[in-house]
Amino acid sequence: MATALPVASGPVNRAGLTKNDYKGLPSTLCAGCGHNSIANQIIAACYELDIVPETLMKFSGIGCSSKSPTYFLSRSFGFNGLHGRMASLATGAIFGDTRLRALGVSGDGDTASIGMGGFKHLVRRNVPMTYIVENNGVYGLTKGQFSATAETGLTLKHQGTNPYMPVDICMEALASRATFVARSFAGDPKQVKELLKAALSHNGIAVLDIISPCVTFNNQENALHSYTWGKDHEAPLHEISFVPALDEIELPGEFAEGELREVTLHDGSSIILKKLDRDYDPTDRSKAMQMLEDAERDNILVTGLIYIDTSRPTLLDTFNLVDTPLNRLSEADLRPGRETIEKINAMMF
Amino acid sequence: MSEKIVNNFSITIATVNGSGSQTANVTLLRALFKMGIPVSGKNLFPSNIQGLPTWYTIRLSKDGFIARRDETEIVVTLNPTSFARDLAAVQPGGAFFYADDIKLPLERKDISVYPMPVKALARAADVSPNLRDYIANMVYVGVLAHMLGIDLEKIKQALTFHFKGKEGPINSNFGVIQAAAEWAKQNLTKTDPFVVEPMDKTSGLIMTDGNTAAALGAIYGGVQFAAWYPITPASTLAESLNVYLPLLRKKDGKQTYAVLQAEDELSAIGMAIGAGWAGLRAMTSTSGPGISLMAEYAGLAYYAEVPVVIWDVQRIGPSTGLPTRTSQGDLTETYFLSHGDTQYVILLPGSVNECFEFGWKAFDLAERLQTPVFVLSDLDLGMNQWMTEPFRYPDTPMDRGKVLWEEDLEKLKGVWGRYKDVDGDGIPWRTVPGNMHPASAWFGRGTGHDENARYTEDNETWERNMARLKKKYDTARTLVPAPVIKEEDGAGVGIIAYGSTEPAVEEARVLLQQDAGLKTSFLRLRALPCTQAVVDFIQKYDRIYVVEANRDGQLRQILSAALPEQAPKLRSACHSDGLPLTARWIKEAILAQEVK
Repeated sequence: MATALPVASGPVNRAGLTKNDYKGLPSTLCAGCGHNSIANQIIAACYELDIVPETLMKFSGIGCSSKSPTYFLSRSFGFNGLHGRMASLATGAIFGDTRLRALGVSGDGDTASIGMGGFKHLVRRNVPMTYIVENNGVYGLTKGQFSATAETGLTLKHQGTNPYMPVDICMEALASRATFVARSFAGDPKQVKELLKAALSHNGIAVLDIISPCVTFNNQENALHSYTWGKDHEAPLHEISFVPALDEIELPGEFAEGELREVTLHDGSSIILKKLDRDYDPTDRSKAMQMLEDAERDNILVTGLIYIDTSRPTLLDTFNLVDTPLNRLSEADLRPGRETIEKINAMMF
Repeated sequence: MSEKIVNNFSITIATVNGSGSQTANVTLLRALFKMGIPVSGKNLFPSNIQGLPTWYTIRLSKDGFIARRDETEIVVTLNPTSFARDLAAVQPGGAFFYADDIKLPLERKDISVYPMPVKALARAADVSPNLRDYIANMVYVGVLAHMLGIDLEKIKQALTFHFKGKEGPINSNFGVIQAAAEWAKQNLTKTDPFVVEPMDKTSGLIMTDGNTAAALGAIYGGVQFAAWYPITPASTLAESLNVYLPLLRKKDGKQTYAVLQAEDELSAIGMAIGAGWAGLRAMTSTSGPGISLMAEYAGLAYYAEVPVVIWDVQRIGPSTGLPTRTSQGDLTETYFLSHGDTQYVILLPGSVNECFEFGWKAFDLAERLQTPVFVLSDLDLGMNQWMTEPFRYPDTPMDRGKVLWEEDLEKLKGVWGRYKDVDGDGIPWRTVPGNMHPASAWFGRGTGHDENARYTEDNETWERNMARLKKKYDTARTLVPAPVIKEEDGAGVGIIAYGSTEPAVEEARVLLQQDAGLKTSFLRLRALPCTQAVVDFIQKYDRIYVVEANRDGQLRQILSAALPEQAPKLRSACHSDGLPLTARWIKEAILAQEVK
């Protein structure tokens, strides 16, 4: 904000912005950290969606993941708040100017341990925001303790073996009636980007649980949140493509009927899901839960759009707010007229 | 019968919680108020929905003293559980009214005793059987009306207000009151001296509670976002927002505000801080246990410099404490809230009217100073009905503080710094989300940051920023409400108090002069940090008594730390048992130390 803006160069999107306009400060995370890859896909997704950076607010809690909002979209307002408290901060902030989008980046400790209560209530209220959990099963900044998503039996240096059951973020989101639940893997950047574009276009809470390996503390070959395990065990539910509202949708002709499934979002954009080796209906909540149960039992990392419901009202829809952004209302709109004070006094005894 | 005692006594009514007696009690209070008699009502209720004993005391004072008294001349009881205790509480020469179905020993000969056929009259009332227990309370309203001389028309006015003009309940309740008054006329012979007579000492005043006033004040202050979590005694503040906002704050049929019930107090303040960061006039309301939970977020708002207003309607602690009893026990907690070096602006309303005034002023201060502003009310002020001056329309325009919009950034060519002290008052400029200028954005954080809101761990930058925050707090000294000072010629002693204890202190000052010849001057503190006027007042007197309703003398501790050279002359008169302070206690606490 204190420095002159760089002059645009290179190709521009429909917002007239170059990819440079979406960049952030250099990352201070470890080289190879899954979070850096996700930050890059956020940049790509926002660029491809023509989102003007000033129309998006970034939020985070505390932890490695929560540092990452400075690594993308420097021209967006952001708030790196308290550990586990991103949910409440974002819930209040979205009322400032309801034309803005909100995107939050949290971690597995930030969401599933200290922030579980707030997370579940944010989901329950269908707060319109993209909620990314960069999930690596471990506390990085405090040097490698187990998080609540660490699998039973995981052995970490200095920590011993985890005796507890893990929290499944997608399951928690579904149980709290999230309207968009997806899982992805930082090692699968194309899918991350398509899911991000869909999430950013969803009018409601969009929970993205992205397995994002911690190369320093939890990347052993057999660990659930490692690159190797993820690459060997990832089983996408479908091939996903996001089609912006402005594009003509041309369904590829070579696919037989039933192989493609289209979900239309509120802004007219759509998600095209191409069937892979199984039928999966992402609009059936109980089947989604069953699928997650099966995946856990079969020891596979299911990725893709797990659940979507485009019909539920968002938190903002439950208020009949004025069209002008609340934070631009004047004193005339906010302070009742002088004549009202007598009426109010008359209403008292 | 001895000589009449007119408009100068207290009535205590003992009932069972959840039996509907609150309607009857408030009806009596309001009727007396409408008769022009200065009155106050204190509800001493249990933390319980139904079944435990509850008391309500009404004080009538022709001289205008409305603090709680320890003594009670008239006692009414409908509760066998508390009967013996209630009987013992009547002052010699007083009167005791009781439901005649209670068959317990009545051994006092020094008082007048009146049975009331509560059940029989309730049974005779024309209401459905499930309402009989509720309407039974109107029996003592009718009996007292006849025995004391309360104007039945004023009682009807009170019922009409309570039932919002609905004729059904007004008539059925009033019917019982009339029947009870008639029964008393036929069956009771007055042997006590207590009567009420109309006066003109309440004209122009209104009667309401501090939580309603606080909510209305916030609405006139332009509150745009409120998040809250249910807690006694603060819940009715947020609930009042929900009552009055729809009446006062619609634009083209749509809301200019949002009120949200959060999942806990942590989230309530988090939401309010998010909204404050996003440029809204945001608040939360809670009590001490909620403040404890809000500690971490308060520190974030202090350090990231986010405006937010936090109402603390205090109850007695520590811990869950007595949830339905009053106290001024959260001053230290809020003053030092959260880890690290923090400093907060605290407003201390002393009346229902001031709850309204600080309701709007708190937003101006929070936005001007970009900091959390705490407003400390208490259960006595917040939940009891008080007679008070009518609310006054805000006398200053809204102060939205230092906010840069697109056109401002245009003029600055986009060059600005979120935490730069460009004006020398410690208060930086800010932008809020939705500002579309490409240089508008900044990154809020509770971690170390420089003048441009960039992350830094640089030690000098850290200390420089903290020094600026301290300078900002000194600016706050010049902006917060000044104390109310009443100087007495020839007074050698000063009294400092704050909040709801004012009526008791004022009465105690009269008693001190009358009974002990001790002249006192009085400073009612209305905010922290201290203004120069507070320092001047303390310097002027040899001995200063700091009167407060907590165990440890929290304000005295804070003043002693803030003004160490004055500390030796600060004496504590503090007491906390969950009940509002009385003038007699204050007088005795001061005299006991004067003798030393």
